[in-house]
Amino acid sequence: MTLLQVDGVTKQFGGLTAVNNVSFSVEEGQICSVIGPNGAGKSTLFKLISSFLVPTSGQVRFDGAQVSGLKPHVAARMGVVRTFQETTVFKEMTALENVIVAHQLGLQSRTLGVFLGSRLARDENAAIRDSSSEILDYLGLGHVKDERAVNLPHGYLRALGIAIAMAAKPRLLLLDEPFAGMNPDETNRAMEMVQGIRRRGITVLLVEHDMRAVMNISDWIVVISFGSKIAEGKPEAIRADEAVIAAYLGEDDLELGH
Amino acid sequence: MATATDPAPTRGEKRVLGPFLLIFAPLAAVLFVAIPFVLADMPYWLNVVTNACLLSFASLGVWLTFSIGRVNIAQGAFCLIGGYTVGGLTTFGGLSFWLALPFGGAAAALVGYIIGYPLLRLRGIYFAMVTLSLTEAVRLAFLYFGTMVGVTSITSIPSPPGITSPMAFYLFAAALLILGYAGIWRLQSSRTGGVFRSMRQNEELAASIGIDVARYRVFAFTICCFMGGIAGGIFAALQQNVYPQSYTVADSINFMLYCFLGGLEFVLGPIVGTFALVVSFELLRAIQEYQALLYGILMIVVMLFLPNGLLSFFPALKRLSGGRK
Repeated sequence: MTLLQVDGVTKQFGGLTAVNNVSFSVEEGQICSVIGPNGAGKSTLFKLISSFLVPTSGQVRFDGAQVSGLKPHVAARMGVVRTFQETTVFKEMTALENVIVAHQLGLQSRTLGVFLGSRLARDENAAIRDSSSEILDYLGLGHVKDERAVNLPHGYLRALGIAIAMAAKPRLLLLDEPFAGMNPDETNRAMEMVQGIRRRGITVLLVEHDMRAVMNISDWIVVISFGSKIAEGKPEAIRADEAVIAAYLGEDDLELGH
Repeated sequence: MATATDPAPTRGEKRVLGPFLLIFAPLAAVLFVAIPFVLADMPYWLNVVTNACLLSFASLGVWLTFSIGRVNIAQGAFCLIGGYTVGGLTTFGGLSFWLALPFGGAAAALVGYIIGYPLLRLRGIYFAMVTLSLTEAVRLAFLYFGTMVGVTSITSIPSPPGITSPMAFYLFAAALLILGYAGIWRLQSSRTGGVFRSMRQNEELAASIGIDVARYRVFAFTICCFMGGIAGGIFAALQQNVYPQSYTVADSINFMLYCFLGGLEFVLGPIVGTFALVVSFELLRAIQEYQALLYGILMIVVMLFLPNGLLSFFPALKRLSGGRK
Protein backbone atom coordinates (compact mmCIF):
# COMPACT_ATOMS: atom_id res chain seq x y z
CA MET A 1 0.00 0.00 0.00
CA THR A 2 1.28 3.47 -0.85
CA LEU A 3 1.68 5.43 2.37
CA LEU A 4 3.34 8.57 1.11
CA GLN A 5 2.91 10.14 -2.28
CA VAL A 6 5.11 13.05 -3.31
CA ASP A 7 3.40 14.49 -6.36
CA GLY A 8 5.18 16.98 -8.61
CA VAL A 9 6.52 18.99 -5.67
CA THR A 10 8.35 22.21 -6.51
CA LYS A 11 9.81 24.76 -4.12
CA GLN A 12 11.15 28.11 -5.20
CA PHE A 13 12.91 30.62 -2.98
CA GLY A 14 12.70 33.86 -4.92
CA GLY A 15 14.27 33.03 -8.26
CA LEU A 16 15.98 29.89 -7.03
CA THR A 17 14.32 26.53 -7.62
CA ALA A 18 15.48 24.34 -4.75
CA VAL A 19 13.22 21.39 -5.55
CA ASN A 20 11.94 20.95 -9.08
CA ASN A 21 8.89 18.80 -9.85
CA VAL A 22 9.87 15.80 -7.75
CA SER A 23 7.55 12.81 -7.58
CA PHE A 24 7.94 9.48 -5.85
CA SER A 25 6.07 7.31 -3.43
CA VAL A 26 6.84 5.28 -0.32
CA GLU A 27 5.16 1.97 0.37
CA GLU A 28 4.01 1.07 3.86
CA GLY A 29 6.68 -0.84 5.80
CA GLN A 30 9.53 0.31 3.57
CA ILE A 31 12.78 1.99 4.42
CA CYS A 32 13.13 4.58 1.68
CA SER A 33 16.10 6.92 1.29
CA VAL A 34 16.51 10.20 -0.51
CA ILE A 35 20.12 10.80 -1.50
CA GLY A 36 21.94 13.35 -3.57
CA PRO A 37 25.12 15.41 -3.72
CA ASN A 38 25.57 18.40 -1.43
CA GLY A 39 23.14 21.18 -2.22
CA ALA A 40 20.86 18.89 -4.23
CA GLY A 41 17.80 20.06 -2.32
CA LYS A 42 17.50 17.10 0.04
CA SER A 43 16.88 19.20 3.12
CA THR A 44 14.30 21.34 1.36
CA LEU A 45 12.50 18.23 0.12
CA PHE A 46 12.62 16.84 3.67
CA LYS A 47 11.01 19.98 5.05
CA LEU A 48 8.36 19.92 2.33
CA ILE A 49 7.38 16.36 3.23
CA SER A 50 7.32 17.07 6.97
CA SER A 51 5.18 20.21 6.44
CA PHE A 52 7.86 22.55 7.74
CA LEU A 53 7.79 24.22 4.32
CA VAL A 54 4.88 24.75 1.94
CA PRO A 55 5.53 23.69 -1.67
CA THR A 56 5.28 26.33 -4.40
CA SER A 57 3.39 23.78 -6.45
CA GLY A 58 2.56 20.10 -6.28
CA GLN A 59 1.45 18.28 -3.17
CA VAL A 60 2.37 15.65 -0.63
CA ARG A 61 -0.26 13.07 0.21
CA PHE A 62 -0.10 10.82 3.24
CA ASP A 63 -2.42 7.83 3.40
CA GLY A 64 -4.59 9.46 0.75
CA ALA A 65 -4.92 12.84 2.49
CA GLN A 66 -3.05 15.98 1.58
CA VAL A 67 -0.48 16.97 4.20
CA SER A 68 1.47 19.66 2.35
CA GLY A 69 0.40 23.09 3.52
CA LEU A 70 -0.69 21.84 6.94
CA LYS A 71 0.94 23.07 10.14
CA PRO A 72 3.76 20.76 11.36
CA HIS A 73 1.86 19.77 14.50
CA VAL A 74 -1.18 18.78 12.42
CA ALA A 75 0.96 16.62 10.15
CA ALA A 76 2.46 15.02 13.27
CA ARG A 77 -1.04 14.25 14.52
CA MET A 78 -1.77 12.53 11.21
CA GLY A 79 1.28 10.31 11.71
CA VAL A 80 4.08 12.09 9.83
CA VAL A 81 6.82 12.82 12.37
CA ARG A 82 10.28 14.11 11.63
CA THR A 83 13.58 14.19 13.46
CA PHE A 84 16.10 17.00 13.21
CA GLN A 85 19.69 17.06 12.12
CA GLU A 86 22.39 16.77 14.72
CA THR A 87 21.41 17.03 18.32
CA THR A 88 18.07 18.74 18.49
CA VAL A 89 16.53 17.64 21.80
CA PHE A 90 15.12 19.46 24.83
CA LYS A 91 18.52 20.09 26.36
CA GLU A 92 17.42 21.23 29.82
CA MET A 93 15.38 18.10 30.44
CA THR A 94 16.44 14.58 31.34
CA ALA A 95 16.26 11.91 28.68
CA LEU A 96 13.11 10.55 30.29
CA GLU A 97 11.47 13.98 30.48
CA ASN A 98 12.30 14.50 26.82
CA VAL A 99 10.37 11.42 25.83
CA ILE A 100 7.56 12.04 28.33
CA VAL A 101 6.86 15.50 26.95
CA ALA A 102 6.87 14.06 23.44
CA HIS A 103 3.81 11.94 24.31
CA GLN A 104 1.27 14.51 23.21
CA LEU A 105 -0.84 12.60 20.73
CA GLY A 106 -3.84 10.41 21.32
CA LEU A 107 -4.42 11.76 24.81
CA GLN A 108 -7.95 11.96 26.18
CA SER A 109 -7.47 14.26 29.15
CA ARG A 110 -7.70 17.98 28.51
CA THR A 111 -5.72 20.80 30.07
CA LEU A 112 -8.30 21.36 32.81
CA GLY A 113 -8.33 17.66 33.71
CA VAL A 114 -4.54 17.66 33.81
CA PHE A 115 -4.58 20.75 36.03
CA LEU A 116 -7.09 19.29 38.46
CA GLY A 117 -5.38 15.89 38.41
CA SER A 118 -8.39 13.93 37.15
CA ARG A 119 -8.26 10.14 37.35
CA LEU A 120 -8.01 9.96 33.55
CA ALA A 121 -5.06 12.37 33.50
CA ARG A 122 -3.25 10.44 36.24
CA ASP A 123 -3.78 7.13 34.47
CA GLU A 124 -2.51 8.64 31.25
CA ASN A 125 0.53 10.10 33.00
CA ALA A 126 1.38 6.65 34.36
CA ALA A 127 0.92 5.10 30.90
CA ILE A 128 3.14 7.81 29.36
CA ARG A 129 5.83 7.11 31.93
CA ASP A 130 5.80 3.39 31.12
CA SER A 131 5.77 3.98 27.39
CA SER A 132 8.66 6.45 27.68
CA SER A 133 10.79 4.00 29.63
CA GLU A 134 9.97 1.31 27.09
CA ILE A 135 11.03 3.49 24.14
CA LEU A 136 14.27 4.50 25.87
CA ASP A 137 15.07 0.87 26.65
CA TYR A 138 14.30 -0.14 23.07
CA LEU A 139 16.72 2.44 21.69
CA GLY A 140 19.38 1.53 24.25
CA LEU A 141 19.02 4.66 26.35
CA GLY A 142 17.51 3.06 29.43
CA HIS A 143 20.62 3.48 31.57
CA VAL A 144 20.88 7.24 30.97
CA LYS A 145 17.21 8.14 31.29
CA ASP A 146 17.68 10.35 34.36
CA GLU A 147 20.64 12.17 32.87
CA ARG A 148 20.05 15.70 31.62
CA ALA A 149 20.31 15.88 27.85
CA VAL A 150 23.07 18.53 27.90
CA ASN A 151 25.32 16.01 29.64
CA LEU A 152 24.74 13.20 27.16
CA PRO A 153 27.37 12.31 24.55
CA HIS A 154 26.73 13.12 20.92
CA GLY A 155 25.76 9.64 19.80
CA TYR A 156 23.15 9.33 22.52
CA LEU A 157 21.56 12.60 21.54
CA ARG A 158 20.87 11.32 18.04
CA ALA A 159 19.13 8.28 19.52
CA LEU A 160 17.25 10.53 21.93
CA GLY A 161 16.04 12.62 19.00
CA ILE A 162 14.63 9.45 17.45
CA ALA A 163 13.10 8.43 20.80
CA ILE A 164 11.31 11.79 20.94
CA ALA A 165 9.88 11.22 17.47
CA MET A 166 8.87 7.64 18.36
CA ALA A 167 6.89 8.95 21.31
CA ALA A 168 4.63 10.77 18.87
CA LYS A 169 3.66 7.32 17.53
CA PRO A 170 4.42 8.01 13.88
CA ARG A 171 3.22 5.88 10.99
CA LEU A 172 5.87 7.52 8.83
CA LEU A 173 9.11 8.54 10.49
CA LEU A 174 11.24 11.05 8.61
CA LEU A 175 14.91 10.92 9.59
CA ASP A 176 17.10 13.89 8.69
CA GLU A 177 20.65 12.62 8.10
CA PRO A 178 20.57 10.01 10.89
CA PHE A 179 24.13 8.81 10.17
CA ALA A 180 25.84 12.17 9.68
CA GLY A 181 29.11 12.54 11.58
CA MET A 182 29.11 8.97 12.88
CA ASN A 183 32.05 6.57 12.82
CA PRO A 184 31.46 3.15 11.17
CA ASP A 185 30.71 1.58 14.53
CA GLU A 186 28.09 4.14 15.45
CA THR A 187 26.64 3.94 11.95
CA ASN A 188 26.17 0.19 12.32
CA ARG A 189 24.35 0.65 15.60
CA ALA A 190 22.21 3.41 14.12
CA MET A 191 21.36 1.20 11.14
CA GLU A 192 20.20 -1.53 13.50
CA MET A 193 18.11 1.05 15.28
CA VAL A 194 16.43 2.13 12.04
CA GLN A 195 15.69 -1.48 11.17
CA GLY A 196 14.29 -1.97 14.66
CA ILE A 197 11.97 0.95 14.10
CA ARG A 198 10.71 -0.62 10.89
CA ARG A 199 10.10 -3.89 12.74
CA ARG A 200 7.72 -1.97 14.98
CA GLY A 201 5.62 -1.30 11.90
CA ILE A 202 6.83 2.22 11.26
CA THR A 203 7.62 3.25 7.70
CA VAL A 204 10.91 5.13 7.44
CA LEU A 205 11.92 7.81 4.98
CA LEU A 206 15.42 9.13 5.46
CA VAL A 207 17.52 11.81 3.87
CA GLU A 208 21.16 10.84 4.01
CA HIS A 209 24.64 11.43 2.76
CA ASP A 210 26.34 8.23 3.93
CA MET A 211 26.13 5.96 0.85
CA ARG A 212 27.26 2.77 2.52
CA ALA A 213 24.54 2.94 5.14
CA VAL A 214 21.90 3.91 2.60
CA MET A 215 22.81 1.06 0.24
CA ASN A 216 22.68 -1.40 3.12
CA ILE A 217 19.35 -0.63 4.70
CA SER A 218 17.14 0.91 2.01
CA ASP A 219 14.41 -0.94 0.16
CA TRP A 220 14.04 1.95 -2.24
CA ILE A 221 16.28 4.88 -3.09
CA VAL A 222 15.39 8.20 -4.65
CA VAL A 223 18.29 10.22 -6.07
CA ILE A 224 18.01 13.95 -6.56
CA SER A 225 20.50 16.34 -8.09
CA PHE A 226 20.13 20.09 -8.56
CA GLY A 227 16.60 19.84 -7.20
CA SER A 228 15.37 17.27 -9.70
CA LYS A 229 14.90 13.53 -9.39
CA ILE A 230 17.42 11.77 -11.59
CA ALA A 231 16.79 8.16 -10.59
CA GLU A 232 14.89 5.88 -8.26
CA GLY A 233 14.98 2.18 -7.65
CA LYS A 234 16.38 -0.65 -5.58
CA PRO A 235 19.93 -0.17 -4.18
CA GLU A 236 21.51 -2.49 -6.78
CA ALA A 237 19.92 -0.56 -9.61
CA ILE A 238 20.97 2.79 -8.18
CA ARG A 239 24.55 1.63 -7.76
CA ALA A 240 24.72 0.83 -11.50
CA ASP A 241 22.73 3.85 -12.70
CA GLU A 242 24.78 6.01 -15.06
CA ALA A 243 22.96 9.23 -14.31
CA VAL A 244 23.64 8.71 -10.61
CA ILE A 245 27.30 7.98 -11.20
CA ALA A 246 27.57 11.09 -13.38
CA ALA A 247 25.92 13.22 -10.71
CA TYR A 248 28.40 12.03 -8.14
CA LEU A 249 31.44 12.47 -10.42
CA GLY A 250 33.90 14.78 -8.86
CA GLU A 251 32.80 13.66 -5.43
CA ASP A 252 34.67 10.98 -3.56
CA ASP A 253 34.21 7.66 -5.40
CA LEU A 254 33.90 5.85 -2.11
CA GLU A 255 30.64 7.55 -1.51
CA LEU A 256 28.90 5.28 -3.98
CA GLY A 257 29.89 2.33 -1.89
CA HIS A 258 32.17 0.69 -4.47
CA MET B 1 9.50 -0.17 37.32
CA ALA B 2 5.78 0.28 37.88
CA THR B 3 3.47 -2.45 36.70
CA ALA B 4 -0.15 -2.03 35.76
CA THR B 5 -1.37 -3.10 39.18
CA ASP B 6 0.81 -0.67 41.12
CA PRO B 7 -0.94 2.42 42.41
CA ALA B 8 1.59 4.35 40.35
CA PRO B 9 -0.48 7.50 39.82
CA THR B 10 -1.13 7.97 43.53
CA ARG B 11 2.53 7.52 44.29
CA GLY B 12 3.35 10.06 41.60
CA GLU B 13 0.97 12.59 43.13
CA LYS B 14 2.54 12.18 46.55
CA ARG B 15 5.98 12.68 45.15
CA VAL B 16 4.77 15.96 43.72
CA LEU B 17 2.93 17.06 46.85
CA GLY B 18 5.99 16.72 49.13
CA PRO B 19 8.17 19.40 47.51
CA PHE B 20 5.09 21.55 47.01
CA LEU B 21 4.27 21.65 50.72
CA LEU B 22 7.90 22.30 51.59
CA ILE B 23 7.64 25.73 50.02
CA PHE B 24 3.92 26.29 50.37
CA ALA B 25 3.75 25.79 54.14
CA PRO B 26 6.55 28.26 55.03
CA LEU B 27 5.16 30.74 52.51
CA ALA B 28 1.71 30.50 54.07
CA ALA B 29 3.22 30.83 57.54
CA VAL B 30 5.08 34.01 56.58
CA LEU B 31 2.08 35.53 54.80
CA PHE B 32 -0.61 34.65 57.35
CA VAL B 33 1.25 34.47 60.68
CA ALA B 34 4.56 36.31 60.65
CA ILE B 35 3.62 39.38 58.63
CA PRO B 36 0.23 40.04 60.28
CA PHE B 37 1.81 39.55 63.70
CA VAL B 38 4.81 41.84 63.16
CA LEU B 39 3.07 44.56 61.16
CA ALA B 40 -0.24 44.61 63.04
CA ASP B 41 0.24 48.18 64.32
CA MET B 42 2.11 49.53 61.34
CA PRO B 43 -0.52 50.49 58.74
CA TYR B 44 2.10 52.04 56.46
CA TRP B 45 4.10 48.83 56.25
CA LEU B 46 0.94 46.80 56.02
CA ASN B 47 0.13 48.80 52.91
CA VAL B 48 3.60 48.11 51.54
CA VAL B 49 3.24 44.34 51.92
CA THR B 50 -0.30 44.49 50.50
CA ASN B 51 1.19 46.15 47.44
CA ALA B 52 3.91 43.55 47.33
CA CYS B 53 1.34 40.73 47.42
CA LEU B 54 -0.62 42.19 44.52
CA LEU B 55 2.50 42.96 42.50
CA SER B 56 3.72 39.41 43.17
CA PHE B 57 0.45 38.04 41.85
CA ALA B 58 0.85 39.97 38.61
CA SER B 59 4.51 38.94 38.41
CA LEU B 60 3.51 35.28 38.68
CA GLY B 61 1.69 35.77 35.40
CA VAL B 62 4.76 37.33 33.82
CA TRP B 63 6.75 34.38 35.11
CA LEU B 64 4.41 32.07 33.21
CA THR B 65 5.19 33.84 29.93
CA PHE B 66 8.86 33.50 30.80
CA SER B 67 8.28 29.76 31.14
CA ILE B 68 7.26 29.57 27.46
CA GLY B 69 10.33 31.57 26.49
CA ARG B 70 8.95 35.07 26.07
CA VAL B 71 10.15 38.23 27.82
CA ASN B 72 6.87 39.95 28.57
CA ILE B 73 6.97 43.71 29.27
CA ALA B 74 3.26 44.32 28.89
CA GLN B 75 1.81 43.41 32.27
CA GLY B 76 1.27 47.08 33.19
CA ALA B 77 -1.13 47.38 30.25
CA PHE B 78 -3.24 44.52 31.54
CA CYS B 79 -3.23 45.88 35.09
CA LEU B 80 -4.54 49.11 33.60
CA ILE B 81 -7.29 47.30 31.69
CA GLY B 82 -8.29 45.42 34.85
CA GLY B 83 -8.16 48.62 36.89
CA TYR B 84 -10.39 50.59 34.52
CA THR B 85 -12.83 47.70 34.18
CA VAL B 86 -13.25 47.27 37.92
CA GLY B 87 -13.19 51.03 38.55
CA GLY B 88 -15.79 51.68 35.85
CA LEU B 89 -18.10 48.83 36.80
CA THR B 90 -18.10 49.70 40.51
CA THR B 91 -18.14 53.51 40.23
CA PHE B 92 -20.43 54.02 37.23
CA GLY B 93 -22.10 50.61 36.95
CA GLY B 94 -22.88 50.31 40.63
CA LEU B 95 -21.65 46.73 40.61
CA SER B 96 -20.20 45.21 43.75
CA PHE B 97 -16.41 44.95 43.73
CA TRP B 98 -16.64 41.19 44.13
CA LEU B 99 -18.73 40.91 40.97
CA ALA B 100 -16.65 43.43 39.05
CA LEU B 101 -13.31 41.82 39.85
CA PRO B 102 -13.79 38.71 37.67
CA PHE B 103 -14.77 41.06 34.82
CA GLY B 104 -11.52 42.93 35.33
CA GLY B 105 -9.57 39.71 34.91
CA ALA B 106 -11.73 38.57 32.01
CA ALA B 107 -11.38 41.88 30.13
CA ALA B 108 -7.59 41.73 30.39
CA ALA B 109 -7.60 38.04 29.43
CA LEU B 110 -9.81 38.73 26.41
CA VAL B 111 -7.53 41.48 25.12
CA GLY B 112 -4.51 39.25 25.74
CA TYR B 113 -6.16 36.35 23.93
CA ILE B 114 -7.01 38.44 20.87
CA ILE B 115 -3.64 40.13 20.45
CA GLY B 116 -1.78 37.03 21.64
CA TYR B 117 -1.99 35.11 18.38
CA PRO B 118 -0.17 37.64 16.20
CA LEU B 119 2.03 39.00 19.00
CA LEU B 120 3.43 35.70 20.24
CA ARG B 121 4.75 34.78 16.82
CA LEU B 122 7.57 37.19 17.65
CA ARG B 123 10.48 35.91 19.65
CA GLY B 124 13.28 37.26 21.78
CA ILE B 125 13.99 40.94 21.69
CA TYR B 126 11.21 41.56 19.14
CA PHE B 127 8.50 40.27 21.43
CA ALA B 128 9.99 42.21 24.33
CA MET B 129 10.00 45.42 22.29
CA VAL B 130 6.44 45.05 21.08
CA THR B 131 5.12 44.29 24.56
CA LEU B 132 7.02 47.29 25.87
CA SER B 133 5.29 49.53 23.35
CA LEU B 134 1.99 47.84 24.14
CA THR B 135 2.14 49.20 27.68
CA GLU B 136 2.52 52.70 26.31
CA ALA B 137 -0.14 52.13 23.64
CA VAL B 138 -2.73 51.01 26.18
CA ARG B 139 -1.91 53.93 28.45
CA LEU B 140 -2.35 56.37 25.56
CA ALA B 141 -5.54 54.62 24.48
CA PHE B 142 -7.08 55.21 27.90
CA LEU B 143 -5.79 58.79 27.90
CA TYR B 144 -7.13 59.75 24.45
CA PHE B 145 -10.33 57.75 24.62
CA GLY B 146 -10.87 59.15 28.10
CA THR B 147 -10.35 62.69 26.83
CA MET B 148 -12.86 62.02 24.07
CA VAL B 149 -15.61 60.88 26.43
CA GLY B 150 -14.51 63.28 29.15
CA VAL B 151 -13.39 60.76 31.78
CA THR B 152 -9.65 60.06 31.75
CA SER B 153 -9.42 58.94 35.34
CA ILE B 154 -11.77 57.24 37.74
CA THR B 155 -11.58 58.49 41.31
CA SER B 156 -13.40 57.64 44.54
CA ILE B 157 -13.70 53.99 43.58
CA PRO B 158 -15.55 52.28 46.47
CA SER B 159 -13.64 49.95 48.77
CA PRO B 160 -14.45 46.27 48.47
CA PRO B 161 -17.52 45.56 50.62
CA GLY B 162 -16.59 43.56 53.71
CA ILE B 163 -13.00 44.76 53.72
CA THR B 164 -12.86 47.54 56.26
CA SER B 165 -9.32 47.62 57.62
CA PRO B 166 -5.81 47.64 56.16
CA MET B 167 -5.29 44.26 57.83
CA ALA B 168 -8.34 42.79 56.12
CA PHE B 169 -7.14 44.11 52.80
CA TYR B 170 -3.71 42.63 53.41
CA LEU B 171 -5.15 39.22 54.26
CA PHE B 172 -7.26 39.32 51.10
CA ALA B 173 -4.19 40.14 48.98
CA ALA B 174 -2.13 37.45 50.72
CA ALA B 175 -4.88 34.87 50.18
CA LEU B 176 -4.99 35.77 46.50
CA LEU B 177 -1.22 35.47 46.25
CA ILE B 178 -1.04 32.06 47.87
CA LEU B 179 -3.87 30.87 45.63
CA GLY B 180 -1.98 32.18 42.61
CA TYR B 181 1.20 30.49 43.76
CA ALA B 182 -0.53 27.15 44.22
CA GLY B 183 -2.21 27.44 40.83
CA ILE B 184 0.93 28.31 38.91
CA TRP B 185 2.92 25.66 40.75
CA ARG B 186 0.32 23.07 39.89
CA LEU B 187 0.28 24.17 36.26
CA GLN B 188 4.03 24.06 35.81
CA SER B 189 4.43 20.71 37.56
CA SER B 190 1.70 19.16 35.42
CA ARG B 191 1.99 17.84 31.89
CA THR B 192 1.07 21.30 30.62
CA GLY B 193 4.12 22.73 32.38
CA GLY B 194 6.27 20.21 30.52
CA VAL B 195 4.79 21.45 27.26
CA PHE B 196 5.60 25.06 28.25
CA ARG B 197 9.21 24.15 29.04
CA SER B 198 9.57 22.20 25.82
CA MET B 199 8.40 25.26 23.87
CA ARG B 200 10.91 27.46 25.66
CA GLN B 201 13.72 25.09 24.72
CA ASN B 202 12.82 24.48 21.07
CA GLU B 203 9.54 25.49 19.45
CA GLU B 204 10.23 23.64 16.20
CA LEU B 205 10.95 20.38 17.97
CA ALA B 206 7.82 20.88 20.08
CA ALA B 207 5.73 21.38 16.93
CA SER B 208 7.28 18.28 15.34
CA ILE B 209 5.83 16.04 18.06
CA GLY B 210 2.35 17.41 17.64
CA ILE B 211 2.28 20.29 20.13
CA ASP B 212 0.09 23.14 18.93
CA VAL B 213 2.68 25.72 19.87
CA ALA B 214 0.58 28.76 18.91
CA ARG B 215 -2.35 27.60 21.04
CA TYR B 216 -0.26 26.86 24.14
CA ARG B 217 1.57 30.17 23.79
CA VAL B 218 -1.72 32.06 23.76
CA PHE B 219 -2.99 29.93 26.65
CA ALA B 220 -0.03 30.90 28.84
CA PHE B 221 -0.23 34.54 27.80
CA THR B 222 -3.98 34.71 28.47
CA ILE B 223 -3.51 33.39 32.01
CA CYS B 224 -0.77 35.98 32.51
CA CYS B 225 -3.08 38.77 31.32
CA PHE B 226 -5.90 37.49 33.52
CA MET B 227 -3.66 37.70 36.57
CA GLY B 228 -2.58 41.19 35.55
CA GLY B 229 -6.21 42.25 35.20
CA ILE B 230 -7.11 40.84 38.62
CA ALA B 231 -4.16 42.57 40.28
CA GLY B 232 -4.96 45.84 38.52
CA GLY B 233 -8.62 45.60 39.55
CA ILE B 234 -7.72 45.14 43.20
CA PHE B 235 -5.18 47.97 43.04
CA ALA B 236 -7.91 50.25 41.73
CA ALA B 237 -10.06 49.42 44.74
CA LEU B 238 -7.11 49.68 47.15
CA GLN B 239 -6.00 53.08 45.91
CA GLN B 240 -9.60 54.09 45.13
CA ASN B 241 -8.52 55.57 41.81
CA VAL B 242 -7.08 54.70 38.46
CA TYR B 243 -5.34 57.04 36.01
CA PRO B 244 -3.82 56.36 32.57
CA GLN B 245 -0.44 56.88 34.23
CA SER B 246 -1.21 54.42 37.05
CA TYR B 247 0.87 51.94 35.08
CA THR B 248 3.68 53.11 32.86
CA VAL B 249 6.45 51.35 30.98
CA ALA B 250 8.51 51.46 34.19
CA ASP B 251 5.88 49.32 35.95
CA SER B 252 5.90 46.73 33.17
CA ILE B 253 9.67 46.60 33.33
CA ASN B 254 9.47 46.17 37.09
CA PHE B 255 7.24 43.10 36.76
CA MET B 256 9.89 41.59 34.52
CA LEU B 257 12.67 42.60 36.93
CA TYR B 258 10.88 40.96 39.86
CA CYS B 259 10.95 37.66 37.95
CA PHE B 260 14.60 38.06 36.98
CA LEU B 261 15.63 39.02 40.48
CA GLY B 262 13.83 36.14 42.18
CA GLY B 263 14.92 33.56 39.64
CA LEU B 264 13.22 32.32 36.50
CA GLU B 265 13.62 28.69 37.43
CA PHE B 266 11.40 28.93 40.47
CA VAL B 267 7.69 29.56 40.83
CA LEU B 268 8.61 31.25 44.09
CA GLY B 269 10.98 33.51 42.14
CA PRO B 270 8.59 36.33 41.24
CA ILE B 271 7.28 36.45 44.83
CA VAL B 272 10.75 36.63 46.37
CA GLY B 273 11.85 39.15 43.74
CA THR B 274 8.84 41.40 44.27
CA PHE B 275 9.08 41.42 48.04
CA ALA B 276 12.84 42.01 47.93
CA LEU B 277 12.57 44.94 45.56
CA VAL B 278 9.44 46.54 47.03
CA VAL B 279 10.64 46.27 50.62
CA SER B 280 14.21 47.38 49.87
CA PHE B 281 12.84 50.35 47.93
CA GLU B 282 10.81 51.36 50.97
CA LEU B 283 13.77 50.91 53.30
CA LEU B 284 15.93 53.07 51.06
CA ARG B 285 13.31 55.82 51.22
CA ALA B 286 14.94 56.91 54.47
CA ILE B 287 17.98 58.15 52.60
CA GLN B 288 15.93 60.01 49.98
CA GLU B 289 18.45 61.43 47.51
CA TYR B 290 20.60 58.31 47.38
CA GLN B 291 17.63 55.96 47.04
CA ALA B 292 17.81 55.47 43.28
CA LEU B 293 21.60 55.25 43.32
CA LEU B 294 21.73 52.56 46.00
CA TYR B 295 18.85 50.73 44.40
CA GLY B 296 20.75 50.60 41.13
CA ILE B 297 23.94 49.41 42.79
CA LEU B 298 22.03 46.69 44.64
CA MET B 299 20.54 45.47 41.38
CA ILE B 300 23.92 45.37 39.68
CA VAL B 301 25.45 43.46 42.58
CA VAL B 302 22.66 40.88 42.50
CA MET B 303 22.91 40.42 38.74
CA LEU B 304 26.69 40.07 38.97
CA PHE B 305 26.81 37.53 41.75
CA LEU B 306 23.47 35.77 41.38
CA PRO B 307 22.73 35.86 37.65
CA ASN B 308 20.08 33.18 38.08
CA GLY B 309 18.19 35.14 40.70
CA LEU B 310 18.12 35.43 44.47
CA LEU B 311 16.74 31.93 44.88
CA SER B 312 19.75 30.35 43.22
CA PHE B 313 21.53 31.33 46.43
CA PHE B 314 20.00 28.29 48.06
CA PRO B 315 21.07 25.32 45.98
CA ALA B 316 18.80 23.09 47.98
CA LEU B 317 15.77 25.16 47.05
CA LYS B 318 16.56 24.47 43.45
CA ARG B 319 15.14 21.00 43.57
CA LEU B 320 12.38 21.72 46.04
CA SER B 321 10.68 24.92 44.95
CA GLY B 322 9.42 23.11 41.92
CA GLY B 323 10.79 25.32 39.17
CA ARG B 324 12.52 22.62 37.24
CA LYS B 325 12.92 19.06 38.33
